[in-house]
Amino acid sequence: MNLKDQFTRGLVQENPLFRLLLGMCPALAVTTSVNNGLGMGVAVTGVLLASNIVVSAMRKVIPSSVRIPAFIVIIATFVTITDMLMHAFTPALYTALGIFIPLIVVNCIILGRAESFASRNTMLPAIVDALGMGIGFTVALVMVSAVREVLGAGSFFGLPLLPENIPALIMILPPGGFIALGCILGLMNKFQRKTA
Amino acid sequence: MQEYFIIIISAVLVNNIVLSQFLGICPFLGVSKKLSASLGMGGAVSFVLIIASFITWVLQTYLLTPLNITYLQTIAFILVIASLVQFVEMVIKKFSPPMYKALGIFLPLITTNCAVLGVAIINIQNEYSLGKVMVHSLSHAAGFTLALLLMSGIRERLEDADIPESMRGTPIALIVAALMSISFLGFSGLT
Repeated sequence: MNLKDQFTRGLVQENPLFRLLLGMCPALAVTTSVNNGLGMGVAVTGVLLASNIVVSAMRKVIPSSVRIPAFIVIIATFVTITDMLMHAFTPALYTALGIFIPLIVVNCIILGRAESFASRNTMLPAIVDALGMGIGFTVALVMVSAVREVLGAGSFFGLPLLPENIPALIMILPPGGFIALGCILGLMNKFQRKTA
Repeated sequence: MQEYFIIIISAVLVNNIVLSQFLGICPFLGVSKKLSASLGMGGAVSFVLIIASFITWVLQTYLLTPLNITYLQTIAFILVIASLVQFVEMVIKKFSPPMYKALGIFLPLITTNCAVLGVAIINIQNEYSLGKVMVHSLSHAAGFTLALLLMSGIRERLEDADIPESMRGTPIALIVAALMSISFLGFSGLT
């Protein structure tokens, strides 16, 4: 498989959120505004990229019987670094994402890619894979949060779009996350069936 | 006493861990197809959640804070949880084979269940005492099991429902979760 295919695979065919249904918790919790969704996506992409590089570089050193704990330690290290960086440089986003930053460590996407891809491939494909999956996840988060922010707060990226009395507050409350993601997944199934 | 009561109501109903905090969504959608399976998952998660809350609180209070290394929190907690899950698996296997058979496949999945790590971190953030930590994690465990049981009850019925083809499976499960979440919003006046 060439590198370009690997990259687009994470974006479309195996999009972590829409196709593989991984990383649902942050996708529902932080997508109340496009800003938060984008921030979460970038943070996950960063951790995924760093952990894929290290796991791939160390794949011959780590004995296979302790590989999962080893991967978890590697991932947790990068999550801690990300947590500190965000605390220092983007305090507003850090407060908005709150507990979901340390919880990146249990995001199944990252451990999944480490186990199923990075530990079996050389560094270059691992980097491409991380970028594809990470950007695919970010795009998906931005889509969900765009729907929720436009319908729920009547704005996009903080810019007001709709008059004040139109937005349905429910879309930025917890139920809105389930509704938005459920509808997007249903629509995707419908379109996929048409093209197939 | 009243404080504890507020913690219980708030954790089980108002801030239900699945329906309003979005922690533990993966098992909530993944293993809620059958009532029996969801009971097993609820039991396994509750078990690990309560023990993990206790250990992480002790670790934080007597090791990380005195040594001033709280920045290691995430790494320390996830290691505790991962090894705890392994340990619990071995203990159950040794002492209660029938229970191991019932919980078996769910146990390894708990490591990557964000509910466990999430509750451990919330405990520390709220600066609870040990008693409150135990009540808090017990209530969250109960809330998780409650949400899972309700969901699987609904999904067993959905099997026979006439759902548009593209909405089958996860999409309709998410819509059901949305409706449940709306009804749980009604509890928000309680505390």
